[in-house]
Amino acid sequence: MNSFFERRYVIAGIFIVIIITLLARLFYIQIIDDRYALYASNNVRRQVIKYPSRGAILDRNGKILVQNQILYDITVIPKQVKPFDTVEFCKLLGIDKATFYKQWTKAVKYSPILSSIFEKQISAETFASIRERLSEFPGFDSSPRYLRVYPDSVAAQFLGFIGEVTDRDIKRSNGYYHPGDYIGVTGVEKAYETVLKGQRGVENQMVDSRGRRKGSYANGMFDTAATPGQRLTSSLDIRIQRLGEQLMKDKVGSIVAIDPSTGEILCFVSSPTYDPNLLVGRERGNNAAKLYNNPYSPMLIRPIQAYYPPGSSFKPLSALIALQEGIITPQTTYFCPHYYMAGNHKVNCEHFDGVTDLRKGIAMSCNTYFCNVFDRVMNKNGPKSTRSTFINWRDDVNKFGFGVKLDVDLPNERRGNVPTPLHYDKIFGENHWRSSSIISLAIGQGELLSTPLQMANIECTIANHGYYYRPHLIKAIGDKQISKAEYLQKNYVGIDSGYFEPVIDGMQRVVESGTAAAARIPGIIMCGKTGTAQNPHGKNHSIFVAFAPRDHPKIAIAVIVENAGFGATYAAPIASYIVEKYLKDSISKPRGEVEYIMNKNLLPDTLNYKIHGTRKPVIKDSLKKLKEDSIARQKQMKSAARKNKKDTTNRFLAAQTMYKEDE
Amino acid sequence: MNNQRSFFSNIDWVTVFIYLVLCTIGWFNIHAAVYDERHPGILDFETNYGKQFLFILIAMAVAIVILLLESRFITALSPAFYGITVFLLMLVLVVGRNVGGNQAWISLGGGFRLQPSEFAKFTTCLLLARYLSGPNIKITELRSFLIGGAIIGFPMFLIMMQPDMGSTLVFMSFIFVLYREGLSPYFLIIGALFIALFVTAILFNPLHVIAVIVIITLLVVFSMRKNKRVVYTMVAGLAICVVFVLSVKFIYNNVLQPHQKVRIDIVLGVKKDLKGKGYNVNQSKIAIGSGKLWGKGYLHGTQTKYSFVPEQSTDFIFCTVGEEWGFAGSAVMLGLYLFLILRLIMIAERQRSPFSRIYSYGAASIIFFHVMINIGMTIGLVPVIGIPLPFVSYGGSSLLSFTVLLFVLIKLDSNRMGIV
Repeated sequence: MNSFFERRYVIAGIFIVIIITLLARLFYIQIIDDRYALYASNNVRRQVIKYPSRGAILDRNGKILVQNQILYDITVIPKQVKPFDTVEFCKLLGIDKATFYKQWTKAVKYSPILSSIFEKQISAETFASIRERLSEFPGFDSSPRYLRVYPDSVAAQFLGFIGEVTDRDIKRSNGYYHPGDYIGVTGVEKAYETVLKGQRGVENQMVDSRGRRKGSYANGMFDTAATPGQRLTSSLDIRIQRLGEQLMKDKVGSIVAIDPSTGEILCFVSSPTYDPNLLVGRERGNNAAKLYNNPYSPMLIRPIQAYYPPGSSFKPLSALIALQEGIITPQTTYFCPHYYMAGNHKVNCEHFDGVTDLRKGIAMSCNTYFCNVFDRVMNKNGPKSTRSTFINWRDDVNKFGFGVKLDVDLPNERRGNVPTPLHYDKIFGENHWRSSSIISLAIGQGELLSTPLQMANIECTIANHGYYYRPHLIKAIGDKQISKAEYLQKNYVGIDSGYFEPVIDGMQRVVESGTAAAARIPGIIMCGKTGTAQNPHGKNHSIFVAFAPRDHPKIAIAVIVENAGFGATYAAPIASYIVEKYLKDSISKPRGEVEYIMNKNLLPDTLNYKIHGTRKPVIKDSLKKLKEDSIARQKQMKSAARKNKKDTTNRFLAAQTMYKEDE
Repeated sequence: MNNQRSFFSNIDWVTVFIYLVLCTIGWFNIHAAVYDERHPGILDFETNYGKQFLFILIAMAVAIVILLLESRFITALSPAFYGITVFLLMLVLVVGRNVGGNQAWISLGGGFRLQPSEFAKFTTCLLLARYLSGPNIKITELRSFLIGGAIIGFPMFLIMMQPDMGSTLVFMSFIFVLYREGLSPYFLIIGALFIALFVTAILFNPLHVIAVIVIITLLVVFSMRKNKRVVYTMVAGLAICVVFVLSVKFIYNNVLQPHQKVRIDIVLGVKKDLKGKGYNVNQSKIAIGSGKLWGKGYLHGTQTKYSFVPEQSTDFIFCTVGEEWGFAGSAVMLGLYLFLILRLIMIAERQRSPFSRIYSYGAASIIFFHVMINIGMTIGLVPVIGIPLPFVSYGGSSLLSFTVLLFVLIKLDSNRMGIV
C-alpha cells in the first residue's frame, strides 16, 4: 500500500458524480420532457388520407344524372426506375418527349424516393392497354382517381360542379379540406356538399427515415375507413329536363316546372346551357374560361338568378289580391276602349275587348281591366293613403314568394324585386305618388322583377287554391326520403280558396280560346297565362305560366324565352310540350312543329345582349381562380368582353329610365 | 500452492457475471437496432447480431485462454505487446482502410478487420503499469513523469494521426491512474478548470470571461494577502488563464477541424442544425426521450428500427436501450457500469502488487471514460465522439480488446496472493 490510498475515494467520487449526472440527464429527457415522444411519433407516422367516392345524383326515377368515373394517374418513384426505352414509354402514354422530360424533372425535384404523379387522368379505356405493359417499366405505377361524369349531359346549372378548394374554403373548414381537395362550387354539388363528400378515412402508416412505408401505425388503431358519399335523388324528371333543354336550344331563357302537390322541382332548364362534362378532367380550365367568357353567361343559373318582368303573367295574382280585398267580384266589369288612361298617360291594350269581366280580362289579358282593378285597389282608402295601401299590397305580393327568396335548396338564389315605397318616394317625392304613377305594376311591368322559379311557384299557389310548398330539388338522401318539416308545411298566401275558381276559369280560357289557344293539349285541361315582358334591348320576352290538369294539378310551369316576342309564340307551345310529355309521356303535336321550335335560333345579337337583373351573377372564388389559371391565351377575348360589359351597363341604365318613362 | 485450483477459486465471479450480462444486453440490442423481417433469427450470420454472437464466442475463448496463462507471462511481455500495437498503429497509417474519415482499420479478409487503436489502450495500460511499478519510480519526479507521459503519448499521437479523436481522448483517462499513483491533484483541478474556461470562452465573450476571473482572483488575493505564496500562485494562475481564454478562439478556429467545431457548437447549443450536423444527436435524443419510463419494449422501438438514428448498432447503441427499455432500462445499464467500475477500483485496492493495482485502475478508467463519453454523446451532454460502449457496441475489435482488458485484470486479481 502506498500513501495515496485515500485518493481511491476521490476517483470513485468523481466517477459516481459523473454517472449520476448522466442519469439525471436521462431522467430529464425520458421522464420530464414530453417533446421527444411527440417528435418520435411525428418521425414515423405518416397520415395517408383515403378519399371516399362522391355521392351520385339521380333523377326522380332513379336515372343517373351524375356519377363517378374511374380514371388513372400514372405515378413514379424516380429512384426505383431502371433504364428503359423512353420512346416506347412515351408512345404508350401518348405523350411527347418534351412532356416526358418535363414531368420527369418535376418528379425528381419533388423527391427521388417518394411517389409523385407523372401523368394525370388517363381514361379507363386508354389505361387498359397501359396496365398490361406498365410492369415493364419498374418505378412507374398507377393510382385510381374518381371524377364526375354526366351520362346525359343535362341539368348542368342545377348540378353545378366541383373544383379544387380555395384558401378560404380551407380556412372555413377548420382544416378539414387540404389543398388539392375537391369541393362543390355551385349548384347541388355545393348545397349538398356535406352529404355528397362522404367521410374521409385516414390510414396511419409507419415510415422509416427515408419515408418508405414500413407497415401500419399502432396496428391501425387510429385508422378510419372512408365512407362513400351518399346518393342523392333529385326531384328532376330527366325526360322533361332533356326535352326542355332541347326545346331551349339556341335560345336564351329558362323553364321551371314544379309539382304543386309537393313543391318538388321537375324541370330546371337554364338556357343556354353547357355540357357539364366540360368542367371535368384535363381540359377543365380552358373550358371554364370559355364558358365564363361566353356573352350569354351559360354559368348563370337562370331559374333562380335571372330577373324578368312577369308582364301579363302577373295578372292572375293582381286579380286574386283585389278579390281578397273585396274590391271586385268575379262579376265586376269594366269597359275596354283599347287603352287605359292613367292620369294623362295612356296604357295601350292589345285588343278592343269592350265590356270585360274578370274571366274575360284574364283570358284576353286585358290591360284596361287590370289597370282599373289596380287603380281601385290602390285607392281603396282614398288617394291620400296610397302609400300605406301600397305597403299592404306589397306584403300581399311578397306572400306569394314574389320579391323574397323561396329558400330553394340551391346556393345563390336571388329574390326578385317588388319596389318599395321608398323607391317611389325617391322618384316622385314622399307621398307625391298615386295609383296612376305606379299603374304599370298592374300589368306586371315597371320595377317588378321575378325569377322563373318564383313565376312557377305562383302557379303552384294558384293550382293549390291558396298555398304552396317550398320548392326544392332533392327528394332523398341515400335511401331516406327527405321529410323536412319546411317541405311538408303549406305556405298560405292569404287568399281564401274560394277566390281562385274564377281566376282559374279565366286561365283555362286563356288556353282554350284566349291568348294561348295554340298551346291546347288534347285531353288535358291546362290553365295558363301568357306574358310579354317588355325588353328595351330588342324583341320582347315571351313568357308563359301554367299548371295542369285543372283538377288535381300535377305540374306547374313557367317558361321564359328571351327575345321571342309574344308569350303565345314560343313560351306557350314549349310549356305545352313539357306538360304533355310529363303527364302523358308523349307529344301529340306533329313532330315537325316541335322540331321547328327546337331548331329555331332566337339568340339575340351578342352585342345587344344583356343579362336581366341589376348585377352580374356572383362569381365564386374558385371560378375566378380557374379563369385566371387558363386565361392567359384568352386575354384578348377578355378585354373585348370587358368593353362589352361596360357598354351593357350603360345600356341597362338607359333601360331603367325607359321603364320610368313608360309610366 | 496448487495453481490450477487457486486460479479458479480466486476468480472474481461478480465481475465475470457483469461482463456476461453486458455482452448479452449488447447482443440483444444490436438485434433490436438492425432488426428486419427478412432476417428474423438472432443467429443469422449475415447480420450484425449474428456476427456479434460470433464475436462473443471468440471473446469468451480468448478470456479462457487468458485465465489459463501465467500472470508472469503477461507482465513480462507487456513491452512486446506495446511494441506490436505501436507497430500496427504505424502500419495502419500506411495500409489502413479508411472508414468514415478515419484510417483506423486493417483488413483481415473475410469481411473482418482489425482496429489496432482498440488494443493500444490495453497495451498502453499494461506498459504504464509495468513502468510505474518499477523500483525507484515516483510519478512526482520529473523523469518518471515524462517517461510515463511518453508511454501514454506515443500511441495517442499515432491515433491522432488517423485521425481518431475519440480513441485519442480515451488516453486522457490515464490521468486518473497517475493521480492515484501520486500525481499532484492540481493536474485534475487545472484540467477541469481549462475545460470550464474553454466552454465559457466559446459561449460568452472572452473579455467578459477574463473580467470575471480577474475579479475572482482579486477577491481571493485580497482575503489571503498575508500568505505571499498563495498570492504569487494566484497571480501566475491568472496570467495563464487569461492567455488560455484569449487563445481559445484561436484554437477553436485554427486547430480544431470544422466537423469537431460544429459538434462542440451543437452540444453547447450555440448552433442548431437538426437536419444537418445536429441530426444525429437530435434523433438520438428523440429515440431515447421517447422511451419514457418503461420503454417501448423489445423490438418495438421505431426510431432505431427505422434507421432514424445513425450508427445505431455501434456508437449509438445506447439509443436502442433508451428507446426500448426506457429510463428503467437505462438506469439499470448505468448502474451496471457504475457497479463494474467501482468493483474494479475495489479489486485494484486489494492488490499487493503495484503492477496489478495500476493496471486495474487503468482498466477501470478506460471503461469509465468510454461509458461517460458514449452515453454523454447520445444524450447531448458531450460532443459527438465516435467511441464504442464497452461490451455492448457492435464490433469485434472493441469487444475483444475490452474482454482482454478485463480478463487480464481478473487473472491478475486471481493471483493477488502470489508475488508477481
